[in-house]
Amino acid sequence: MSEASNVKKFMFVNRKAPYGTIYALESLEVVLITAAFDQDVSLIFLDDGVYQLKKGQQTKGIENKNFSPAYRALEGYDIEKLYVEKESLEARGLSEADLLVDVTVLGSKEMGELMSQQDVVLSF
Amino acid sequence: MLHIINKSPLTNSSLGNCLRVAQSGDILLIEDAVYAATSGNSFEGKIREAMGRFKVYVLQPDLEARGLADRLIAGITPVDYGGFVDLTTTNKNCQSWL
Repeated sequence: MSEASNVKKFMFVNRKAPYGTIYALESLEVVLITAAFDQDVSLIFLDDGVYQLKKGQQTKGIENKNFSPAYRALEGYDIEKLYVEKESLEARGLSEADLLVDVTVLGSKEMGELMSQQDVVLSF
Repeated sequence: MLHIINKSPLTNSSLGNCLRVAQSGDILLIEDAVYAATSGNSFEGKIREAMGRFKVYVLQPDLEARGLADRLIAGITPVDYGGFVDLTTTNKNCQSWL
């Protein structure tokens, strides 16, 4: 079997805001683990998940680790497919310029299609 | 009376439920509820309406952690942890809308 045929399409669905729950950080940790297996990894950010990528997070006051810079490091692990839903940004008064990393903005329908093309979908 | 909310208004109904039941008093937005205090959020209209009958506070360290300190809706009062404690003592009682 060729090496290419062992590559699966993995999607991480991020729908939770950071800090209020552990989901965002847990997702990031599993994404970094997955990077070690040379798979085709996509991250999507929907609903309150778009808040994970907000610029300017300063967590000193809540005594939590600010893990948002790690999204910028994903590129170094060859994880470059980051998608953000346009409708979720708009509902929160955010635009692409508010995000701390380069992403592809997709509409809901395109996001749904991308999701349906995956081999494995991991939900956070 | 003090009402404390800790969930985002766009993924959880607790702030909406609070606004349906409570008539007046103080509202304190903490943790993921601080998103309700930011301009441009689609809940903004409802929180502005609520500001007519409640005094609305937001926990500043939670707003800063989420990178949204510069988006606070005018008229919502930021408080620190000491201010949080003060609100629990100046009010007769308190409900956390978990």
